[in-house]
Amino acid sequence: MSTPFILIPGRTSKQGCGISEGKYGDNYQQEINTLQVAAADMQRLGLESGDRVRLTSEHGQAEASVAAAKKDELPEGVLFIAYGDVSSRLMGADTHGSGMPTSKGLDVEIEKLPANTN
Amino acid sequence: MASATTPPETGELKIVKDATCTFCGCVCDDIDLSVQDNQIVKAQRACVLGKAWFLNHDIEDRPSCLIEGQPATLEEGYDRAAQILTGGRYPIIYGLSDSPCEAQRVAVGIADWIDGTIDTTTSVCHGPSGMAVQGVGEVTCTLGEVMNRGDLIMFWGSNPAESHPRHFTRYSLMPKGMFTPNGRKDRTCVIVDVRKTKSAKAADHFIQIKPRRDFEALWTLRALVNGVELEADEVGRQTGVELAVWQDLAERMKSCRFGVVFFGMGLTMTRGKHCNTEALLALTRDLNAHTRFVAKPNRGHGNVTGADNVVAWRTGYSFGVNHARGYPRFNPGEYTTSDVLARGEADSAMMIACDPMANFSEPARAHLRKIPYVALDAKETPTTRSAAVAFTVATYGINTGGTVYRLDDVPIPLRPAFPSPHPSDQEVLTQIERRVRAIKGIRGQ
Amino acid sequence: MADSLLKIAGGTIYDPANGVSGQVADLWVSGGRIVAPPTDPEVRPSRVIDASGLVVMPGGIDMHCHIAGPKVNIARKMRPEEKRRDEVIPRTTVTHSGTMGSVPSTFATGYKYAGLGYTTAFDAAIPPLAARHAHEEFDDTPCLDKGFYLLMGNNHYVMRSIQENEPQKLDTFIAWLLSSAKGFAPKLVNPGGVEVWKTRQGGNVHGLDDLVDYFEVTPRQIIAQVAQSAGRLNLPHPVHIHCNNLGMPGNWTTTLETMKALEGHRGHLTHIQFHSYGGGEGDENTFNSKVTELAEYVNTHENITIDVGQVLFGETTSMTGDGPLGYFLSNVYGGKWFSGDTEMESGCGITPIKYKNKSLVHGLQWAIGLEWYLQVEDPWRVVMSTDHPNGGSFLAYPQIVRFLMDRTYRQDVLKTCHPRIRDRSSLADLDREYTLEEIAIITRAGPARILGLKNKGHLGVGADADITIYTPHENKETMFELPRMVFKSGNLIVEQGEMREAPMGRTLHVQPNYDNELEKDIQEWFESYYSIRYRNYPVSESYMHEPEVVPSN
Repeated sequence: MSTPFILIPGRTSKQGCGISEGKYGDNYQQEINTLQVAAADMQRLGLESGDRVRLTSEHGQAEASVAAAKKDELPEGVLFIAYGDVSSRLMGADTHGSGMPTSKGLDVEIEKLPANTN
Repeated sequence: MASATTPPETGELKIVKDATCTFCGCVCDDIDLSVQDNQIVKAQRACVLGKAWFLNHDIEDRPSCLIEGQPATLEEGYDRAAQILTGGRYPIIYGLSDSPCEAQRVAVGIADWIDGTIDTTTSVCHGPSGMAVQGVGEVTCTLGEVMNRGDLIMFWGSNPAESHPRHFTRYSLMPKGMFTPNGRKDRTCVIVDVRKTKSAKAADHFIQIKPRRDFEALWTLRALVNGVELEADEVGRQTGVELAVWQDLAERMKSCRFGVVFFGMGLTMTRGKHCNTEALLALTRDLNAHTRFVAKPNRGHGNVTGADNVVAWRTGYSFGVNHARGYPRFNPGEYTTSDVLARGEADSAMMIACDPMANFSEPARAHLRKIPYVALDAKETPTTRSAAVAFTVATYGINTGGTVYRLDDVPIPLRPAFPSPHPSDQEVLTQIERRVRAIKGIRGQ
Repeated sequence: MADSLLKIAGGTIYDPANGVSGQVADLWVSGGRIVAPPTDPEVRPSRVIDASGLVVMPGGIDMHCHIAGPKVNIARKMRPEEKRRDEVIPRTTVTHSGTMGSVPSTFATGYKYAGLGYTTAFDAAIPPLAARHAHEEFDDTPCLDKGFYLLMGNNHYVMRSIQENEPQKLDTFIAWLLSSAKGFAPKLVNPGGVEVWKTRQGGNVHGLDDLVDYFEVTPRQIIAQVAQSAGRLNLPHPVHIHCNNLGMPGNWTTTLETMKALEGHRGHLTHIQFHSYGGGEGDENTFNSKVTELAEYVNTHENITIDVGQVLFGETTSMTGDGPLGYFLSNVYGGKWFSGDTEMESGCGITPIKYKNKSLVHGLQWAIGLEWYLQVEDPWRVVMSTDHPNGGSFLAYPQIVRFLMDRTYRQDVLKTCHPRIRDRSSLADLDREYTLEEIAIITRAGPARILGLKNKGHLGVGADADITIYTPHENKETMFELPRMVFKSGNLIVEQGEMREAPMGRTLHVQPNYDNELEKDIQEWFESYYSIRYRNYPVSESYMHEPEVVPSN
């Protein structure tokens, strides 16, 4: 069963540091593959930090590990992930004549994956 | 083989004062670097991103040139690159935001000689803000004005605590300036965002709006600043924030002495895009009937602002420029890289200090994978891995000099710390340009 | 080709600086300069240009235009719409492509100036903090020798030195700033007014004796003190002044007071057309020309030189270091508006504008510009300019030549304008016509002399071999818009509109000496208020293509 959310990809300082350290380094890879979820949503979906989820948008699918967002950083129904391969997979190509694909505020559905589905 | 020869180690400690960090758009030029054996061991005053930048850019132990993944000489690489760029019917050159202006100028020249398209990462950063300026203009200033005069500092869809970590301390919130002698105490900070970011902690007032409702929120403020009455329920429903909060903010904006709103990709990447930034720029303009108020995009990459300037002075347009008819034409959505690739139009490319293989949509990436392209980067990335010709280049600001433009268009020189055995991107591009000119029969400079 | 010897044979030469007016003679060129004819009859030229029947002049000099730096580039970025409709500049095997509109791209700017026979141009308003940017654009602007004026009229250190009555500090600062930014001359733009604009809503000064907030100095003090300081520094072009109250009805008194404030020191009043208006405040119906009154003062005061800032009918872009003016114009025209304040130094305003011949105000502006050319008696003290692109493009220079040399054409155009212009200006009564010699003065010899450029604006031995050859024509616009040949430093760069080559040209700047001890005070001030490091402020020579230091007088 999947639940609708709005995904906000964005910069983080860990992701920024990861670019300098190298995109194939663990820090960068971990940061861009970690989805932040509001605590209330975690509870509602029965998620715990480290669980794997599948994200599906109109344009694609990607998997990520979840982590509880800090305190009140995220309102319910909003997800955050650092820019990277996962967020790009969920983004459409249409730029609406602007050159810029809609890269924030993406409609996604989230689905918990059974353990060991790496 | 163009394998890098590392300069000998001497153990000598060298100090480079007033070095410039080119990681983000803040372009802080007050970094003191301690350099030992071709490595920066200390970057004084650098932020977390700056430290990662300076301390991790040592000499990459990789060949300077790879052709189809195999080590090759630079000469072979330059020849092959020139063949790729002149062999296609629709070549595109993209990136440039992590190169100094001196290299950017050469890249624009190549695009001109090959009747190619030139675009920069601006198109997926603040390209929509550039389009908004074409609509309404912009009221703005340099960062020193913010420091010396700003008493209301706003951030909208921007999270400098993560993306521009010294923004608050060096430019916008904390510094003591001519008319703000008490620094932070003389300023009010308001942050508007869809999530309570790390930056929000620095704010006196945080306003959390509904995702994808930036335009509605900005238009609400415009209406209030211009004395238009609004229906409270509707405002609450549209923006997720009560009318009273907007009324309070509008009054605050009108009554400050010198207001500044920094805005980020929260506006440009979200539904509405250039309409969002146009609303913000129009709001700032309106406010100048009441007080002094300015707006400023928080540009991301070290020299993305330089890229805008170089492309604009050479072609007349700041990004997404097509030379297929032998002269520059501009049309975002048509000549911007993401679109050109996603529609499967480009048949050859050069990617300079950028990583579309990580950042672009899947259709765009899939097409790029299919066409021959040249990549220049100091580090290995998904883009360099799939390139027909990949150059490992020296890192600007660490190994090579040149000029970068800060997010407020202030040009700043670089002070390299130690030499790299790899060529600079300017050198690589100059060599490619020489060959392109020979192939195309160009006599001019 | 240092050894080559070029002979331009039998041309009709106009070289007013050397007293040559229409005499037929040969010119000899070697090493990029004019040389004496060889005394040895065995020496043969490596190339001979037959200029018989053609008019030969020094290359044109535009002493006031906006062609580089931040405001020019923002105008390019902000106005894609006008480029779409305009001529395109396709690339060739010798030239880059480019775009036009009112603010052409850098390469296009160089090619188009060269195409008109102009070989030197000065950008009139560069914020020192952006000097590096201007130099970078210069390095992509071919065919021209270039320099720029540095905005100083609202600089905090300038105002502070005046407030504290420290002329030595002022001298040191002006010298340090010109040397650091590699600039050519001090520029005052709405002195004091821009600082007030930065300080408060709609702020400005409205007369020479208004006090500037915080600094408590007046525009009059800024003008007088900077002119005196420039004199002490023996700068080749002491001070270039955009007066207060630009464009406002009744502003002619401010202009007159500015001339008086110079107290006999040399000063250049720029785009004076925009500063010569009579009439009551904000009342368009009373708008009229005050050129006669102002020209009389100029005619009797040799310390003053002017350029006109001619308005041409059509659409263009207003761009200025005068921030409050930009705000005013954007409210008048209602179009997009850019404003940019540079810390400690200056402001900037940009907005699209359109001059219409049926508008009384615009028609008067056009007429007032022409009145200036015709009412200043000494052509050595009036210079042709459109304040490109503010009054119109530099591409209008051939048309202005025709207005000046052909009174019938001038009167014909006047007839198409708003009828009341005839009552509000003296243009209809002026029947003076310029000679070719006078045109050579106001477009070459005069600006060279006013700028202190000893190697330019003339064709004597030792001069830079920047030479334009025109085909005479009854219609002087036709004659001047398509030179037969243009030489830059002795190289043939344009032939009948075709680019032959596009050398980059030199950067002209000054390097006055200053007191190193007093520089410490500048550094202390700088480090308190600027957002960049002091050591990263000066522009190194590496940014300049063939830098040439123009010596002090």
